[in-house]
Amino acid sequence: MTSSESILRGDRLALARLLTKVENDSPDGRATLIELFPHTGKAHLIGVTGAPGTGKSSLVNQLALHYRKAEDKRVAIVAVDPSSPFTGGAVLGDRVRMRDLSGDPNVFIRSMASRGSLGGLAQATANVVQVFDAAGFDIVIVETVGAGQSEVDIARLAHTTLVVEAPGLGDDIQAIKAGILEIADILVVNKADRPGVENTEKSLKSMLELAHPTTRVFKHHGTYMSMSMPESNQNANLWIPPIQKTVSTEGKGIPELVAAIARHVQHLRSSGDWTLRERTRLEVELEALIRDSLMTKFREDISSQQYEETLEKVIQRNISPWEAVRMLLNGRLK
Amino acid sequence: MTDKKIRVLVAKPGLDGHDRGAKVVARALRDAGMEVIYTGLRQTPEMIAEAALQEDVDVVGLSILSGAHMALTPRVLELLRSNGQMNVKVFIGGIIPDEDLSRLKELGVTGVYGPGASTEDIIRDIKIAMAG
Repeated sequence: MTSSESILRGDRLALARLLTKVENDSPDGRATLIELFPHTGKAHLIGVTGAPGTGKSSLVNQLALHYRKAEDKRVAIVAVDPSSPFTGGAVLGDRVRMRDLSGDPNVFIRSMASRGSLGGLAQATANVVQVFDAAGFDIVIVETVGAGQSEVDIARLAHTTLVVEAPGLGDDIQAIKAGILEIADILVVNKADRPGVENTEKSLKSMLELAHPTTRVFKHHGTYMSMSMPESNQNANLWIPPIQKTVSTEGKGIPELVAAIARHVQHLRSSGDWTLRERTRLEVELEALIRDSLMTKFREDISSQQYEETLEKVIQRNISPWEAVRMLLNGRLK
Repeated sequence: MTDKKIRVLVAKPGLDGHDRGAKVVARALRDAGMEVIYTGLRQTPEMIAEAALQEDVDVVGLSILSGAHMALTPRVLELLRSNGQMNVKVFIGGIIPDEDLSRLKELGVTGVYGPGASTEDIIRDIKIAMAG
């Protein structure tokens, strides 16, 4: 039986091993991804992001429990934690908060190290998500590294992005800065039993009232990609991110959060945004792949000696980097 | 970075609540460039084997200070094997009396480390086990 057949039949060991191959971008893993691609596009991808310590892992644990118990959905979780920039090693600790999910064959948790990627996800996260999608998981929850203000890759990957906040993490100026709050489809104020929750909720509310963009512009590896709302219903059917209060250690507010997620899916479907997001996601992925393969082709095409010589000229200030590019690409990629 | 990373599950089976040692080892393995999945306290052998499978680890490190190692270790090894993970190497750290060492090795444990063991030895032994 081929690897892809085993995955489609629900073999968990084959799935775990394929995830490793995909994470390492091995040729074997790539071949299986190609075979599995026609089976993707069915899962609902939920992104969970927010600052470290806001309770993302505990929230993911509760969401998954709810989807299992109340809706009998198969749930995969991809939990990304940072790699050390110095040694490349990582301690992946998100499972500590997810012990309630063990023993359930319809839950699969996979920890990933970011491996030098800076957008809050690892390079291979999108492909890992595709494998879970093909393997028949109804819901794939992606938990990003503890994110600050610019780790917004998740918004391109997920259908529904939850941004998790907690009381006491900054004033209302933080809330009007650009970045992570903007990507929220749903804002979650976790640890809502703590003092200061009213203030957090108030500043998020005022942030939402100040502005709501009708066009989303995504920056990906230096390229801006814009994703506008369908023109027909730009105002009529605008999604205003709701603010949901939760206490995930006690499971409070979880059914309400799940209901809000369901409303968001409905909105995506009825507004045409679902197709648009799928399109943007695949376009971004295609572009990244083209960039990778052009780079590989370029490296094959140019001897390292020629490359080093040109680099040396730039270092000596004999030529500028722009001229160097022109020289190196001369006659290629016409 | 496409080189294969060594993935290690560090787990604490049983009922003792001291995870300082496990955390020291987790941190040392991280600094040696490995990816360490840390699962926390009071794990059953079933939970450990399930995590080892989902994470497709190369190594399972068990920290046991309760004296229950002769009950917990065989169960973990058995579950790993029945899940098809014959390739996974198992290391134990904790309070392990000398007379249990040979029995543990017979069961298929790759390395056992007591109080005062150096993390450098653990890292070296893991790397040797991975290469072999």
